[in-house]
Formats: sequence, C-alpha cells, structure tokens
Amino acid sequence: MELTTFWFIIIGVLWTGYFVLEGFDFGVGMLLPVLGKGKADSTTDAAAGQAGEVTDPVTDHIGENEKRRRVLLNTIGPVWDGNEVWLLTAGGATFAAFPNWYATLFSAAYLPLLIILVGLIVRNMGFEYRHKRDSVAWRKGWDTAIIVGSFIPAILWGVALTNMVRGLPIDADMEFTGNLFTLLNPMSLLGGVVTMLVFMTHGCFFVALKTDGAVRHDARALATKTGIAAAVLAVVLLVWLGIEVGSVTSWVTSALVALFFLAALAFNLRGKEGLAFTGTFVAIALFVLTYFVMLFPNVMPSTTNAAWSLTTENASSSHHTLVIMTWVALIFTPLVVLYQSWTYWVFRKRITTNHIPEAVDPSRPDPIKVH
Amino acid sequence: MDVLELARWQFAITTVYHFLFVPITIGLSALVAGYHTAWLRTGNTQHLRLAKFLGKLFTINFALGLVTGIVQEFQFGMNWSDYSRFVGDIFGAPLAIEALLAFFLESTFLGLWIFGWGRLPRALHAACIWIVHIGTLLSAYFILAANSFMQNPVGYRFNPETQRAELVDFGAVLLNKVQLVTFPHVAFSSYMVGGAVAMGVMLWNLRKRTLEARAAADAVETGGATKVTPTADDLTMYRKASRVGAIVMLVASLGVVVTGDLQGKVMTEVQPMKMAAAEALYDTYEKDAPFSIFTVGTRDGKEEKFAVTVPNLLSFLATGDFHGKVEGVNDLEPELQKKFNEGKLTSADSYTPNIMWSYWSFRWMMGWGGICMAIGVWVLWITRKGRNPVNRWMGPAALVGALSPVFAMSIGWIFTEIGRQPWVVYGVMTTKQGVSPSVSAGEVLTSMIVYTLLYGALAVVEVKLFMDYMRKGAEPVADDGEDLPGGHSDGSKNDDELSFAY
Ligand code: HDD
Ligand code: HEM
Ligand code: HEM
Repeated sequence: MELTTFWFIIIGVLWTGYFVLEGFDFGVGMLLPVLGKGKADSTTDAAAGQAGEVTDPVTDHIGENEKRRRVLLNTIGPVWDGNEVWLLTAGGATFAAFPNWYATLFSAAYLPLLIILVGLIVRNMGFEYRHKRDSVAWRKGWDTAIIVGSFIPAILWGVALTNMVRGLPIDADMEFTGNLFTLLNPMSLLGGVVTMLVFMTHGCFFVALKTDGAVRHDARALATKTGIAAAVLAVVLLVWLGIEVGSVTSWVTSALVALFFLAALAFNLRGKEGLAFTGTFVAIALFVLTYFVMLFPNVMPSTTNAAWSLTTENASSSHHTLVIMTWVALIFTPLVVLYQSWTYWVFRKRITTNHIPEAVDPSRPDPIKVH
Repeated sequence: MDVLELARWQFAITTVYHFLFVPITIGLSALVAGYHTAWLRTGNTQHLRLAKFLGKLFTINFALGLVTGIVQEFQFGMNWSDYSRFVGDIFGAPLAIEALLAFFLESTFLGLWIFGWGRLPRALHAACIWIVHIGTLLSAYFILAANSFMQNPVGYRFNPETQRAELVDFGAVLLNKVQLVTFPHVAFSSYMVGGAVAMGVMLWNLRKRTLEARAAADAVETGGATKVTPTADDLTMYRKASRVGAIVMLVASLGVVVTGDLQGKVMTEVQPMKMAAAEALYDTYEKDAPFSIFTVGTRDGKEEKFAVTVPNLLSFLATGDFHGKVEGVNDLEPELQKKFNEGKLTSADSYTPNIMWSYWSFRWMMGWGGICMAIGVWVLWITRKGRNPVNRWMGPAALVGALSPVFAMSIGWIFTEIGRQPWVVYGVMTTKQGVSPSVSAGEVLTSMIVYTLLYGALAVVEVKLFMDYMRKGAEPVADDGEDLPGGHSDGSKNDDELSFAY
C-alpha cells in the first residue's frame, strides 16, 4: 500500500476515535437538561427553582435534579479531556501528513470552525468550573455553557465533514473560493442534524451503561426516540450522498451503518445496554468509514473543476515525513489506546444519585452561600 | 488593517494569552507531584493538604491552558494556510507528535489523578500526577522544536518542484541548536513561575493566618468567640511552603540565567539582526561592545542620544569573549537586502525588526526576572529561623512575586517573535507570504473580536476563582483514612460516595 493511502486511513481512524468517544460526551452534554430532570422530584425543584435557590442553606441539601445532573457529568468527568485529544491529534496528523488538506479545510471552514472552537471552549470550561463554586446562578450559567457547547460541535462537525465529502469550490491553487453560505447547503445541514441525533443516542446508551436508577431508566427510554429520528435521517443522508458521490463499497458500508444502528436500538429495547452502546460505537465508526470511502482518493473534491481536487497524492507530505510519522503512529497509538482503555476500566462502576456527596466539594468545610 | 496585520495581532493575542497559563501548568504540576510524593513518603498530612491545595489551583489554571491550546492547534490552518502548505512537511510533525505523545498523557492522567482519590493504589495515584508533569514537558519540547525551526531552519531542503520546504533530517529538527538552549530556558522559566506562584499563594496565607491566630488569641483574652482558628501547625505549613516556593524559584532562576546567556550566543550566531535590535546597536563594534542598560534615542529610534552602559558586557553576552565583535543594524541591513531581496518568498522592505520593542522587551524580561529573584530572597529572609512575620509588604510581594516571572515569560516571547520579523521562518519565508489568501479581513477581524471578548471574560472568571480558592487556603484533611487511598484501591470503602465528584 502507498504510504499516502496508509495515512489517509490513519486520519480516518483518528476522526473515528474522536467521534465514537467524544460523541457520547456531546450526547451527555446536550441531554443534560432532559436527563438531568427527574419526574418524581420535579415539584420540589420547580418550587425551589422559582425562588432561585435549589440549595437548602441550612442542611446544604441539594435537589434531586442537581444530583442527577452531577451523575451525568460524573460519567464523563474523568475521560472527556482524553477523548477530545483525538481531535487535536487528528488535526495535528492532518497537518503533518497532508499539509494542503489541513490548510484548505481549515481556511475554508473558517467561521464554522471558529464557532466550534468557541463551543468547545465554553463546554470545557463548564465541565471544569461548574462544581467549583456552590451557587445556583453559577451552576446555571455553566450548565448553559455545557449544553450550548455540546450542541454546536455535535452539529457543526457533521456540517463540515459532509461539505468535505460532497465537495467545495476550490481553485487551481487549492484555495477555497466560496463563502459561509456555500457551506450551509441543505445536504450539509442534514449531515449536522444527523450527527447531533446520533451523538444524542450514543450518549443515552453511554449513560444507561454507566448509571443506575431513574437516570438509567430515562436514558434508555429517550434513546429509542432520538434513535428512530437519527436512523430515518441518517438513511436519507447516506442515500443522498450515495447517489451523488457513492461507490459500491460505500453502499455496502452505508448498509452496515444502518444495520448496526438498528441493532443497537433493538438491543436497547431488550435491556442489553452493553450491546446497544457497542452498536452505536460501531455504527459511528462505519459512518466515518463510509465518508472516507466516498472521499478516496480525494481528500477534498473540488466542485469547480475535478482536476483541482485535493487528493491523497497532491495534498500529502514528502515520503520521508510520512515514514517518520508512520513509525511514531505505529508505536504510540496502541499505547494511547491501552492507557485510555485502562482509564475506563478504573472508572467502570455505575454511578447513582446516592454516590453524589451532599456538598459540592466534599472537602470544603464551609460552602460559600449564595442568594 | 489588512488580513496580514490582523492575523499577526490575532496570533500574538491568542498565543501570549495561552502562554500565561502554560508555564503555571508546567511549574505547578511539578510542585503538586512533589508534595504528593512527600506525603506518601513521610505520611505528613501537611504535605497532603498542600498537594490538594495546589492541586486545586492547578486545575483552575489548567482549564484555561487547555481551552486556549485548542485554538492554537487550528490557528495555523485558519490564518496561516500558505505558511502551513510551505512548511507543513516539517512543522506538522512535531505538532502531531505533541498531541499523540503529550496531550494524551496529560489529559488522561490528570483525569485519573483528579478522580482517582480512593480508587487507585497510592503509589500509582501519585505516579499519575508525575506523568502529567512529564506530559507538559514533552509538550513543551515538541512545540518548541517547531518554533526553533522557525527561528533557525535546519534539517530541510527547498524542493523547487513542489515549491515548498521538505524534511531531510528530523533528528536535526529535534536537536536544533536553538532548541537545545530554548527548551531548558523555557523549562527553567516555568519552574520559576511554579515556584513563584506557590511562594505568593503561601506567603499571602501565612500573613492572613498569622493575623487570624493573633486575633483569636486576643479574643480568648477578652472572652470573645471567633470562627476557626489557624493552629500553629497551619502557620508552620504555610511558612515552610512559602520557603519551598522561593527556593524552587531561585534555583530555577540560576538555570534561567545560565541558559539565557547561552541563548544570547546562539542568537547572535543564527540571527545577528535580532541581537543588534535587542541592543539598539546601529554601528558595528569591531571589539569591546558595551551592554546598554538604558538608552534614549531620537524619535525615529535611528540614533542614540543618551545611554547607560556596562563596558564589554555585550561582547561577552553575544560571543562569550569580552573583546568579541558585534555587528550593528547599519551594517546588517544592506547585507540582508543583498542576500534576500531577489526571492519571492524572502523579499522585504526592511530586514530590521522593531527596535524599540526588541530593545525594551529584552530588558523587561530580565527585569521582571530580577524583581522576582529579589522578592524570593526577601521572603527567605523574613521567614528565617521559624519566624512568622506580619508586615504590610507581604501582600504586594506575594502578588508581584507570583506575577513577575509570568510577565517575564510573555515579554521574552514577544521579544523572540518580534525580533524575528519580518521573517516567519528565518531566512526562508517572510511573514507576509504565510497568511491565508482565501480568508477575508472581515473573517479574521470577527474571530479576533470573538477570541478577545471570550478570553477576557474567561480571565475575569479564572482570576476570581483562583483568588477565592487561594483565600480558602489548604483545607484540613480527615485523618481517619477517608482520604487515604492506600487500603482500598478497589474503591470498596468509598462505595457510597465518590471521594471527588464534579
Ligand atoms: C513551552 C510550552 C508550550 C508552548 C510554547 C505552547 N504550548 Fe500549548 N500547551 C502546553 C505547552 C506549550 C502545556 C503546558 O502542555 C499545556 C498547557 C495546559 C495543557 O493542557 O497543556 C498546553 C496546552 C495546549 C493544548 C491543549 C491540550 C489539551 O487538551 O490537553 C493545545 C492544543 C496546545 N497547547 C497547542 C499549542 C500550539 C499549537 C502552540 C504553538 C503556537 C502551543 N500550544 C504553545
Ligand atoms: C508560546 C509562546 C509564544 C508567544 C508568546 C509568541 C508570541 C508571538 C507574537 C507576539 C507574535 C507577533 C509578532 C509580530 O507580529 O510582530 C507571534 C507571531 C507568530 N508566532 Fe509566536 N509566540 C509563541 C510561540 C510560538 C510558537 C511555539 C510558534 C510555532 C510553533 C509560533 C509561531 C508564530 C507565528 C506563525 C506567528 C505569526 C507571524 C508573525 O506575525 O510573526 N509562536 N508570536
Ligand atoms: C539574565 C536573565 C536572562 C537572559 C540573559 C535571557 C536571555 C534570553 C534570550 C537571549 C532570549 C531570546 C532567544 C531567542 O531569540 O530565540 C530569551 C527568550 C526568552 N526568555 Fe529569557 N533571559 C533571561 C531571563 C528570563 C526570565 C527571568 C524569564 C522568565 C521567567 C525568561 C523567559 C524567556 C522566554 C519565555 C523567552 C522566549 C522563548 C525563547 O526563545 O526561549 N527569560 N531569553
């Protein structure tokens, strides 16, 4: 195999790693307001919420809804940052192996990328800072940051990648000649909605797998709803893309995406959470595979003139760089997978609202009171 | 402003901002790891308290280092696409390796450390924070290798067919002579920052707790009730910790000075123009160049009117010989014009960087470092032999002491980068050739405004939070084994509650 082809595959693997892992982080973030709200307890919380105060200052008791949110956030607490590094590595590896791809893609998707970065920034800050002060207003603010910051990238990555596969106006100098509205075409927007719904479903399965009690139950119920919507729209998207840029292989992988995704939904209905999560995990991987199969041997097709498309050949680094990067990737990627898997093993226990300490920060003797 | 100017401002703003948090991350992670290990070895709960206390400040800071770093990773493709195409073959590799080797380590093991209390065997848990620290150093190494290539391109050849720079010798890129002095300089500076931040935080707490303890003693005499009184043990802890911070900072500062001196020599060799600009040296000294401490020039900065100088010092700084020759701007400029003005990628109106900025930023870098060292010595003096002093200079000293090396580092970078202009890759490509052709000024302006507002807001939040946690001081830890992870690495004892939860 050509090294350039090998690196095309590696980039695909890195995006896959990013989406299968960060996908459920986005799902958890987007569903925070839905899964973070219990039915039984909602009366007390609604009343308290009106007074602008969920925390009972005397006993420092926190409301059930707040506990549920914290259960959700704790499922991804130790791992979300590691998941995000898959994106940074995908970006860095594209720069190293295909500088022209990196340069054209990121300067073309300038404004969407800016919005994605802002989303990721506020979301990450939300994860890190939300628990650091015991105040309702503070938590509410960061909750918004987490929710908005999860929706934005979940949608816009779908828009960006769908644009990349379907092709963009690119001139002979590999420069993008369109504008923001070129990027906001119906097919790409559909791609954004699909990734959003798929990540929601993936997130539900992850929550169902990592929690117990009411949260687990609600997550499973919700997964069916988001899952059906995701399945329908994903089929529309893949068929549409298939007609425009598909090949025999991409039709096969598209069919497999649908198969695994539907299997996941079926397993979920029968209470098999592990298999359901595995199902969306594999379906997302196959989804990325389908996109990359549709691309190859281009990396960014030009809609202006097919001859101006960026390909694995004309976008790539020199052979020497690829050889070095191959060694680095072959040695370190398995190592990363190994220790990241170990992290999931360490934090494998299910979390319930009973595990959530009363005070926000258990080691803090006098929580800051806020009104 | 055109795209070029905007893109430069944006790069400067986002990078300087990112680099406010980076050295704190590198430096503090080492101190946290040190205290965590000290607790394991001695069982002294003061060490555990300090590890947790600094650990909290560390995570508050880390969050911002992380989010601003994400922007950095994509910025080259967004604003500097022609640069990325031209050097991607060489420059992309260290960036990708940084992510693969360093960022994965940092993020994964920091998660393990934060959430691992009571869940991991003790030694393994302490190892996690050490691994985080190693990750930060690896990250620094690879990104600095990339930057050093821009300062002194090596290990590449220009391929006329593809019209770009291509890698020939990756070893040369990683062992660039600029890199070999820059990495230790930055690493030592970061330890300076870590030590100084710890020193400042602990010194402030020492003063506050001493005052509280005295007030409590008075209250007991007069029969009044008070809240939690700091114990003698607390005071000892803060005093010792501020001394540890000061010592770490001072030892690191020796490393900074030695490596800085070496950098000066390498810089004169690879970028003589930068040294000339740093010294506002217009005319070549055939020998015995004096070092100027302070200077007043004409308006346009082309001539010097008044200067305070140390004889022969510049010759030594630049060449290692007190009588060495140092070239000046007036000789270098025509030389560079002749050499570079023909090429498309290398032609420029002037090869002289902004002299004012270069000259003063170089001095401010050293100046802030000097101020920090002086404060460190003063802190050691006032806390000598078990003294718990209270005086009104302690507050300002804590603040200035903690911030001065951070300023020194920002200004050091501003110097390095401004002194390199008009080049983006020295001698190979000018900055104006690197900017993205397909991106409009409006787009860059939009992103610049967005980043600036967002970063400004985050700074307010971070500083407030940092101060609140600093004021709370080191929490007491329960000594009943609840915090002690040793006995129940399977987490069994902590089943009911997470020992750390979001
Ligand atoms: C001397 C060291 C140094 C320098 C010059 C830079 N950084 Fe940095 N960077 C770090 C040292 C560091 C660090 C200490 O390793 C950080 C700080 C907080 C963190 O997570 O790691 C980091 C964070 C960090 C992150 C987030 C990592 C994460 O999610 O954990 C990214 C993507 C970058 N950086 C990228 C860059 C780029 C593209 C730079 C060049 C302009 C750059 N950094 C300059
Ligand atoms: C982390 C510390 C750094 C700081 C504080 C810093 C600071 C700056 C500043 C102030 C400028 C603007 C100079 C000017 O326009 O006159 C600049 C430009 C630039 N720097 Fe750095 N820099 C840092 C590290 C790096 C690194 C590690 C790289 C490469 C990996 C880099 C690459 C660039 C590029 C591409 C530009 C744009 C071109 C230019 O205007 O000079 N910088 N940087
Ligand atoms: C006597 C003291 C010092 C000397 C002689 C010195 C020397 C130098 C020199 C010559 C450079 C430029 C290197 C280049 O152009 O590539 C530099 C850069 C820098 N300095 Fe210093 N420095 C000193 C103190 C400090 C202190 C106290 C700090 C921070 C705590 C600091 C942080 C930096 C940083 C961050 C850079 C930019 C990165 C680099 O190129 O290394 N320096 N220093």
